[in-house]
Amino acid sequence: MKLERRDFLKVLSTGAATAAGLSTLQARTIKSLPANAKGILYDATLCIGCRACEVACKQINNMPPDVNSPLEKEHDVSGIWDTGDLSETTLNKIQAYRNGTGETKDQITDGYGFIKRACMHCVDPDCVSACPVTALEKQPNTGIVTYNKDACIGCRYCQIACPYNIPKFEFGDPIPEIVKCEMCAHVQAEGGIPGCCDSCPTGASLFGSVSDLLTEAKRRLGLTEGDNYAYPVSTLNSETKPRNAKRYVNYIYGENESGGTQYLILSAIPFEKLGLPSLSNTSSAVRSETIQHTTYKGFIAPVVLLGGLLYAAHRSVKDHHEEGGTQ
Amino acid sequence: MAKLKPLDTPNGIASHYNEALKSNGVSRRDFIKFCTAITAAMALPYEAAGKVAEAIASKFRPPVIWLHFQECTGCTETLLRATHPTVENLVLDMISLDYSETLCVAAGHQVEELLHQTVEKYKGKFILVVEGSIPLAEDGIYCKIAGRTALDISTDVGSHAAAAIAIGSCASWGGVQSASPNPTQATGFAEVLKMNDIGTPVINLPGCPASPYNLLQVVLYYLTLSKLPKLDKKGRPNFAYGKLIHDNCERRPHFDAGHFADQFGGENHRKGWCLYKLGCKGPETYANCGIQKFGDTGSWPIGIGHPCFGCSEEGVGFNKPLHEQANVLSITPPEFFPGTDEEKGGGISPGAAAVAGAVAGAAAVASAMTAKKLDKESNSENA
Repeated sequence: MKLERRDFLKVLSTGAATAAGLSTLQARTIKSLPANAKGILYDATLCIGCRACEVACKQINNMPPDVNSPLEKEHDVSGIWDTGDLSETTLNKIQAYRNGTGETKDQITDGYGFIKRACMHCVDPDCVSACPVTALEKQPNTGIVTYNKDACIGCRYCQIACPYNIPKFEFGDPIPEIVKCEMCAHVQAEGGIPGCCDSCPTGASLFGSVSDLLTEAKRRLGLTEGDNYAYPVSTLNSETKPRNAKRYVNYIYGENESGGTQYLILSAIPFEKLGLPSLSNTSSAVRSETIQHTTYKGFIAPVVLLGGLLYAAHRSVKDHHEEGGTQ
Repeated sequence: MAKLKPLDTPNGIASHYNEALKSNGVSRRDFIKFCTAITAAMALPYEAAGKVAEAIASKFRPPVIWLHFQECTGCTETLLRATHPTVENLVLDMISLDYSETLCVAAGHQVEELLHQTVEKYKGKFILVVEGSIPLAEDGIYCKIAGRTALDISTDVGSHAAAAIAIGSCASWGGVQSASPNPTQATGFAEVLKMNDIGTPVINLPGCPASPYNLLQVVLYYLTLSKLPKLDKKGRPNFAYGKLIHDNCERRPHFDAGHFADQFGGENHRKGWCLYKLGCKGPETYANCGIQKFGDTGSWPIGIGHPCFGCSEEGVGFNKPLHEQANVLSITPPEFFPGTDEEKGGGISPGAAAVAGAVAGAAAVASAMTAKKLDKESNSENA
């Protein structure tokens, strides 16, 4: 008997139906903020663009300056340490939005504004979900997304998975690693605070527990433009500096983005103009893991499907032999 | 280097001045050095130093009336107490100070008479120097001299002046007494003239006190080139107020390196790091203190470890708390920062696609050939 295409599809659909019948949709639970989650609140209205955070970050993390990179060598220049984006030697970066004459800070037309790009330390990180070997891990206590170079196989799935384009790969290194901000985890382990927050003179980068930072961010959104407010510098409990509040965009970037992040951003310039992506409130990890876990639950569906295919193959081979015999 | 013209020019203008210098214990060499420095500070070419020296030594003395209103006389004091050789002598020798409330020996009706006489005599020719703000509240009753309000005197004398110099922050924009709630409605001189439609040009020399060298330079500029220096939007001479304190600060490299002093007397403070975190207003204050230094000590506030107070800048000095952090005006993004729309690696280029396609094609052909070969070999083995 010759296996018709129709029969083949029948077998397949039987397998699929069996699989579907056996398992209901395996919705992956949405992960929530760890109890002791640490984070950074970046208030772009306070940032003066001094880049002390970039300098401190390089020092604390032993990162060389971005000079004499292959690109620079090719163009026969050196010392342009401030071009571009995050790189394998740059974990945080101050970028600027600018418009027209760029005269007034935090003004959309003819103004400018700053944004500090660094790892967002997602509550439900896509990079951790995509990593096949758990080289990237979300710490259960602090919520910091850390990297283990010994586990990494260099597949760079994390680079593709990250919606913020944060992880960088050492393409120029014979034994390359993934490089990203780990919120100075080694400094925090000794009771310190991340270099960017420690060095920031204005309190634009503020370190603290994520829940406290959220409260602080909401308090700032409640301010009226021109209100004199005591802005804390470095941490929530540190000294404060009085400043007149700017007109904030009434939104905390990172509160809900991709399931929430531990790096929160306030700004007077709309976030899309600062190069931050507009994301849904659920992380891609939830969607992809739901599909995967549903499909592979108990491995029943794959087994049934394989069984069907084997049966079909067997039938096909038998028919072939029979046909061959008559010839 | 162009050689400086000797001071002993044929018309002999220098001989009397040389004697005056000698009597003050200043050598000719020191005098020329001073002229060269002051010429550079006025942003004039080196060759102009000779002209400046000539102007200083010339016999022409513009008549000057110096009025005091709401102020502390600090600007006059700074000028008089300048210890740099002969600054006050230079200024006072160069001008014919016909009326000054501080320096007049006479008093009362006598000195009032002098003011009227001077105004009458030099109508449209004299230079007016105003020190102090003018109160406008309740018809200006908060500052009266000889029964006349400051408003009355300033507009009256101001309307007859050839040009005016508002010395100090008070005369420039109101100064300390104009800070909120400004009960007397203290106002700068230029603003008062503008409100009364008086077109006399005003040069503002803000500062608390104003640097006497800036006054000297303005006077010298006028005497040398017979015109007023170029002014900015706020009426300040560009050569003195064209740059932010921050841009000429000796501590600026520390700012750029993220080195900030945390507290007075702290380790980083003693290291001489940037004072921004302690409330330095340098990034929003336009003045030349960093170059010219201040108070004849060879140093200036930032030099001795105190944040700039922004005394010369309207809306900053006396208006912002001393240790409140400044807005940084000097960083204008275009050249300094990467944009938020940096390229994140473009799509595949047609060339690269062609190469990749060719490689893939070659690989496919090669594998097909290998398979065929293997097939043949197995067939021949079976046979």
